[in-house]
Amino acid sequence: MGFEVTVVRLVIVVASLITVGFAAMVYVGMWLLVPATGAESTIWHKARADKRGITLAVGLGSVLFVLILVLQNLGAGFLGNVEWPLILCAAGLVLILRNAPLDEQATLRDVAAPLLGLTEGGTRRRVWLRVAAAILLLAVGSGFLAYGHESLAMLRPVAGAVLVLVGAALLLGPWWLGIARDLAEERRARIRAEERAEMAARVHDSVLQTLAMIQRRADQPQQVIQMARAQERELRAWLFDGRAPGSLEGEDMTLASGIRLIQQEVEAQHGVPVEAVTVGDCDLDDDLRTLLAAAREATVNAAKWSGADVVSLFAEVEPGEVSLFVRDRGRGFDPDAVPEDRKGLAESVHGRMTRHGGSASVRSTPGQGTEVSLTMPRAAGERQPSRA
Amino acid sequence: MTTPARSGHAASPGRPRVVIVDDHGLFRSGVRSELGDQVDVVGEADDVQPAISVITQCLPDVVLLDVHLPGGGGQLVVSSLRAALPEVRFLALSASDAPEDVIAVIRAGARGYVTKTISGVDLVDAVRRVAAGDAVFSPRLAGFVLDAFASMPDAAQGRPLFDPELDQLTTREREVLRLIARGYTYKEIARELTISIRTVETHVSSVLRKLQLSTRHQLTRWAAERKLT
Repeated sequence: MGFEVTVVRLVIVVASLITVGFAAMVYVGMWLLVPATGAESTIWHKARADKRGITLAVGLGSVLFVLILVLQNLGAGFLGNVEWPLILCAAGLVLILRNAPLDEQATLRDVAAPLLGLTEGGTRRRVWLRVAAAILLLAVGSGFLAYGHESLAMLRPVAGAVLVLVGAALLLGPWWLGIARDLAEERRARIRAEERAEMAARVHDSVLQTLAMIQRRADQPQQVIQMARAQERELRAWLFDGRAPGSLEGEDMTLASGIRLIQQEVEAQHGVPVEAVTVGDCDLDDDLRTLLAAAREATVNAAKWSGADVVSLFAEVEPGEVSLFVRDRGRGFDPDAVPEDRKGLAESVHGRMTRHGGSASVRSTPGQGTEVSLTMPRAAGERQPSRA
Repeated sequence: MTTPARSGHAASPGRPRVVIVDDHGLFRSGVRSELGDQVDVVGEADDVQPAISVITQCLPDVVLLDVHLPGGGGQLVVSSLRAALPEVRFLALSASDAPEDVIAVIRAGARGYVTKTISGVDLVDAVRRVAAGDAVFSPRLAGFVLDAFASMPDAAQGRPLFDPELDQLTTREREVLRLIARGYTYKEIARELTISIRTVETHVSSVLRKLQLSTRHQLTRWAAERKLT
């Protein structure tokens, strides 16, 4: 559009006040149909393919339609003019929200956040507050109605409205419920996908690592039995007690004790001594647990593949960040030559760190060893004395 | 300077004369065989009093000293001999790595500290280094020192330093300690910071001096905090 966006929006607002909402409808329609600068297809183009979005839009439209019908019956006739633009705008916005480019979606979500807050359960107190306010409003409203019409006979339209509402709910209710359920289902699917990724990372860290170890040590039955047993214990704890393998969820776990745990585990499972040094200490939060999980993975990698006889693990807690170094003087590798499908370093270390706002880098020279550096910014700057 | 023992010490700079002090006989013989013929093990002791008499008798170049001894900490041995025998150097060995013990031995006058898991080659190297008058910092000791000197400089908190030169580490010293803690050898540190190995040694020695002489109350508080738990 050739004009300044703000100017266009102002004009639309004024116009919609004059034309009782029709201009707003035009605006939403144009949003749907006119391609944004730089974009190739219009939102409408994408929206047509989005069957669930259309169902949702039609569903919302019907809910609004019933509501407005009720309001008209209550004598609020002035709404009649706004009714159609309103419904179409709402339905159009649904389509836009689902099919707009990501940045536009973010803006719309910000705008809609307070509205969503009404339906998504906040704290218990807020729910009570809402219920109380609703009851108060209902009571006052019905009071006004009864008072205003003086004669109870005039309440008949209200009864009619209630009947219409109930009828509509009976007729369309199951369908609305279905739509709502679809929405919930969609959200659940997204959560499941995220959990799957997390789970894949964990299974990779524990089960797959152990299986690889077992293959390599097939000629040492005692060790194989020991590893299988340890893995079984870990897996059981995860599946039945909900304790994730390699997770550090102890009650008063600190960074230093987490590092010690990594040291013990790697020494026990891989038979390579780990020289662990920590400077400072702090309590664990989610980010730091991630840091420890990444450090554990890097240490296991060093113990397994480097061939070095000792792995050094150094962590320093500073007011602003925690840095962690895993170093071995083993055979090293060329970081650029690692194939895509070897997930260890890429997903378990790098991916995890960046997902939580940290960073990871690897320095390795073939023949001279490898050093993995991990850095995680700290949420709280409070420095605490370590418990040695 | 006229006793035969001392002249012997000067005559064989390639093979340092060593006394091993540890209460476990098995560990002593293990260390002895690991050191092999690289050093000359001239005596052994299993407790504070025997250690003092053996060391006074043999006058070794280096004493490998366990931090934990039944008759008192290893620092007792160091502190009772330090003034009388300034040429005997102590290298602390420990399995437990309790920071307060390690710091106590260092402050009593030991020239370095290594963990008992150290490899034979590294131990020989450490003994030679101490015999030559250098300081030996294991990654763990480097970590302890960083930790003890880590918190905000006192001056920044409005408290006066007892001795500004002794109570703070320089940026360079800190860098060197960090790299030691990360498992770098002196040679690797020199390459990383593009300085000479000699300079790395100077930094480490200067940190050791600060560690021994600083009256910084933070150092004592740091050690005390760890003793409580």
